[in-house]
Amino acid sequence: MSALWAPFLEFGFLRRALVGCLALSVAAPPLGVFLMLRRMSLTADVLAHGILPGVAAGFLLAGLSLPAMALGGLAAGLLVAVGAGALSRATGGREDASLAALYLVALAAGVAMVSMRGGAVELTNLLFGSVLGVDDGALLLMAGAASLTLPALALAWRPLVLECFDPGFAAAVGARGAAWHLGFLGLVVLNLLAAFQALGTLMAVGLMMLPAIAARHWARQVGGMAYAAVAIAVLASTGGLLLSFHADVPAGPAVVLCAGLGWAVSVVAGPVDGLLARLLRRRHLAG
Amino acid sequence: MTGTFPNPAAIRLADLTVSHQRRAAVHHVSGCFAPGSLTAIVGPNGAGKTTLLRALAGLHRPDAGRIEGAAGQVALLPQQAMLDRGFPLSCLDAVLFGLWAESGAFRAIGRAGQRRAAEALVAVGLQGFERRPVGSLSAGQFQRVMFARLLLQDAPVILLDEPFNALDARTAAELLGVVRRWHGEGRTVVAVLHDLELVRREFPETLLLARDCLGWGPTGEVLTAANRLRARMMAEAWDDQAEACAA
Repeated sequence: MSALWAPFLEFGFLRRALVGCLALSVAAPPLGVFLMLRRMSLTADVLAHGILPGVAAGFLLAGLSLPAMALGGLAAGLLVAVGAGALSRATGGREDASLAALYLVALAAGVAMVSMRGGAVELTNLLFGSVLGVDDGALLLMAGAASLTLPALALAWRPLVLECFDPGFAAAVGARGAAWHLGFLGLVVLNLLAAFQALGTLMAVGLMMLPAIAARHWARQVGGMAYAAVAIAVLASTGGLLLSFHADVPAGPAVVLCAGLGWAVSVVAGPVDGLLARLLRRRHLAG
Repeated sequence: MTGTFPNPAAIRLADLTVSHQRRAAVHHVSGCFAPGSLTAIVGPNGAGKTTLLRALAGLHRPDAGRIEGAAGQVALLPQQAMLDRGFPLSCLDAVLFGLWAESGAFRAIGRAGQRRAAEALVAVGLQGFERRPVGSLSAGQFQRVMFARLLLQDAPVILLDEPFNALDARTAAELLGVVRRWHGEGRTVVAVLHDLELVRREFPETLLLARDCLGWGPTGEVLTAANRLRARMMAEAWDDQAEACAA
């Protein structure tokens, strides 16, 4: 049993990684639940890639400086968040097509920009992160993002639920759904940004979306889903770091793989529309 | 919820043109929904019925002309197809959104509000459904929840977009009873409908729309064979690529 906690007691870098991942785990998954409910699960992925050119611009200007990369990433992420919707509205096209185009261009531009100054190590760090190398600045960014996200989400909860459920009604009663949605996307970008040093731009979205998608199988109401998503993310973070330590697997992918395992277990054994629950219900109806 | 509205403002359309997805959907329509009237909007598919209703609710801005008297007194029932029926929300929470005008985004909803929502559920025949997720409801039960939300909104003008579509006969009859009650209380009710027999039986006024207004007045005078034929012919002649109002 000591294998579960001894590594955290023994190694400071693992404790820092755990604290950072737990901060991400309490704030990002509830945002993922709302993204899923708005059928925007892939948007989070696009935003995560949208951050990359901004981070790369910060890297080109100031090297591996967290504030520069974070500011660049925030600006680029917000630009993509606002730009995709505005582009599709202005051209009469489909938003998913605009998102796919932006995502591909952003990824290619980000990789090209990083490669202009950095080598393979920097590129790998930006794409896949380095959970075990989380420094004070990154830790503060993660904790700060979580501290801002939770009260902001509590404040925006009612309009966000209404905007997801019935946007027409929200507009008719003057609930300012679009403004709340924009603020919500800002929180998504902030959390993806907070996660990028630990998990990288390619993996940051994993801890946001996988627990949220899994939570659908454990609760029938939005609040319950948010709690379930946080619980799954906390387990995935802790389990992923332990897996990384004991099995010598890179920590970021290990955390995301554990979140994926949580999703797989939920799909099979979750009480709400899980495969086993459906099978049992069918047998009950047949019998 | 049981208030009377002897004098809601008349809603006037003055040469109203509204486009939807850059195509003219409602074309130079003028007329008036009288206070306390019960009006059906009918017409072929793509005639602009939903666009007009949504414009009345303030969801589409007119390209030309004006809507007078609707602002701030309208409650809208959207088409079921426009909602996520599997959304993880309890019936009570869904109905409580009807109190938005009082609660807004932040104010707490007290026991009185919860009781009113529960009473609205009882009024539409869903007693004991407070905690049931809306995702577990049939189409008819879901529509009853939406009617309960309208009851809670307690608005002088009620707009219904295909309120009886895909409902069983009993649910449709009971919800029609709610509509009659609203009319009896003096509220202005406007409903988009496809069932012309229902319109002839229950709705004294009709607006026949085929992007242009082909008739607006007493149902018997509007739903003539000649008008309906004209509407069908106009629907067949529409150019869906027409960018905007050409008149």
